[in-house]
Amino acid sequence: MSESELNISVETLKRVAVVTVDGRIDSTNAGQLDNTLKQLLEDGQNNLVIKLSDVEYMSSAGLRAIVAALREAKKKRGDVRIAEPSERVTEVFSLAGLTALFETYDDLTAAVGSF
Amino acid sequence: MGEKHVLKVRGLYNNIRQICDFVTEGAQAAGLGEGAMFHIELACDEACTNIIEHAYEGENVGEIVVSWWVAGSDFVVTFRDNGRSFDPTNVPPPAITDLSTTADPENLRVGGLGIHFMRNLMDDIQYSFDPNKGNTLTMIKHIVGE
Repeated sequence: MSESELNISVETLKRVAVVTVDGRIDSTNAGQLDNTLKQLLEDGQNNLVIKLSDVEYMSSAGLRAIVAALREAKKKRGDVRIAEPSERVTEVFSLAGLTALFETYDDLTAAVGSF
Repeated sequence: MGEKHVLKVRGLYNNIRQICDFVTEGAQAAGLGEGAMFHIELACDEACTNIIEHAYEGENVGEIVVSWWVAGSDFVVTFRDNGRSFDPTNVPPPAITDLSTTADPENLRVGGLGIHFMRNLMDDIQYSFDPNKGNTLTMIKHIVGE
């Protein structure tokens, strides 16, 4: 068995960085997402949009990485917003009781435009 | 009680997917629907992560023995490990007091989420510890068609 499939791409726009995640986020690879988000915040990208339309599965390890990024972004007066969450991702946020913590948009353009 | 199916693997993050697949294939065979299978997969993932992180306190320290069977209208899964005594049912739920988008960032710390998921996704979870057999976590999902 090997690490679960996860692809992360980053597009840096003028005021926002868009992080597109594709695949499964679990304890084998949540560190990859955590590191990507941390690096962006260290580089001064304090406004992040995470696009989760192609995430078929996310465990609490993925959620922790996203919440940690939100914590750091808020400290720097930025924010982490969620775009186009898949049905499973929406369920996981809801199960964790964290839906209200994030501004969530059904459309990526609207999420980017919200900053 | 139906036939008992058993899988034994090393306590490695990379083996969790194999465990989840083993259990969800059983859930499918038992007649559980897609939504319930997703819940079981997530609960298994969180249970194994807890064993590695809290019972074994690291990867490749010991084995995880997973079993599933059908008992009447219940799908039953057990996890056994020989790590230190760790009772997930005693862990308090995650405490985030301010769940708004204007929350103080210092309060955004989430621990215990995995256990919170297990409690909410399964119909029952039970824990026992035996000095010779180690930790046993039992999770039950009622078999209901979707």
